[in-house]
Amino acid sequence: MNPRTEFFAGVRAELPLMVGVVPFGFIYGALAIQLGVPASIAQAMSSVIFGGSSQFIAAPLIVAQTPALILVLTVFFVNLRHALYSASVAPYLEKLSAGWKILLAYLLTDEAYAIAIAHFQKEGSAQNRHWFLFGAGITLWSFWQVSTAVGIFVGAQVPPEWSLDFALPLTFIAIVLPMLKNRAYVICAIVAGIGGVVAFGLPYKLGYIVAALAAIAVGFVLETRAYRT
Amino acid sequence: MEPTLNLWLTILACGIATFLIRLSFIAIHGRVTMPLWFVRALTFVPVAILSAITLPELVFQNGAVNLSLLNPRLFAGIVAVLVAWRTKNVLVTIAVGMAVLWGMQFLMR
Repeated sequence: MNPRTEFFAGVRAELPLMVGVVPFGFIYGALAIQLGVPASIAQAMSSVIFGGSSQFIAAPLIVAQTPALILVLTVFFVNLRHALYSASVAPYLEKLSAGWKILLAYLLTDEAYAIAIAHFQKEGSAQNRHWFLFGAGITLWSFWQVSTAVGIFVGAQVPPEWSLDFALPLTFIAIVLPMLKNRAYVICAIVAGIGGVVAFGLPYKLGYIVAALAAIAVGFVLETRAYRT
Repeated sequence: MEPTLNLWLTILACGIATFLIRLSFIAIHGRVTMPLWFVRALTFVPVAILSAITLPELVFQNGAVNLSLLNPRLFAGIVAVLVAWRTKNVLVTIAVGMAVLWGMQFLMR
């Protein structure tokens, strides 16, 4: 596919996720203002940090005048899972220029990664696939900035009983299921899910990383054994 | 609360830290040879991390694990797994999952 087709395929694939992302951004903006974060800072966090969970956690810390080092470390740990995404997409971005790598790294969030890796793992020409990640990433970025801004200025909230946040786990389910190509992947998913629940109480969302690493190890061992026999 | 220079610099530092995490492996790939086991392990990353994020969203209700099928999010999640398995379609999965969740929340009011 040519760059243009890849770009718009990325945009289209990302759009359904906006059902979950827009209320999330909206609530973040409204919440930050209610807590007392200055509007300029609340919006800057969306564009400079660009990581939903870490922004939610940082907002009350900012208001509580938390020392800068603690704040930076907290954001660092909450976003550490993105290192796994970076490792996962790296082979597909190998031949790109430094500028592309910087741009795509900046746009590498949960939702953009989930959509892009599903596309990268498909068969077929890989030549322009970075445009797909760019399309998905820039779509998410734009919706995130605008929904944050609306949340900041309107300050009202989507009624919580609509449960629109539930669209994100539903999206992840729809992305993971087609990836379960054999028993090793199914068990990997089960171990990761249970691990995520068990380790949920760990601070800074580190439970995700612990659970994912354990599940990767289990999947890897199972696949290696299946390969040998 | 005032947006002081100190606060702006702190936000900038948070942004740089996040960016460097995301850039890490993308930047070193090709310069450092990845061992084969590492490359193979990477194929499990999306399944593992997305599952680890998703299951807690389904089973936690008011801060405690609720494995009952009467937990609307868990039940809707199980239906969504079946729909995703059969259709492989993101929009259909979201639509059915949200409909089941709203239906259960309505019935259980």
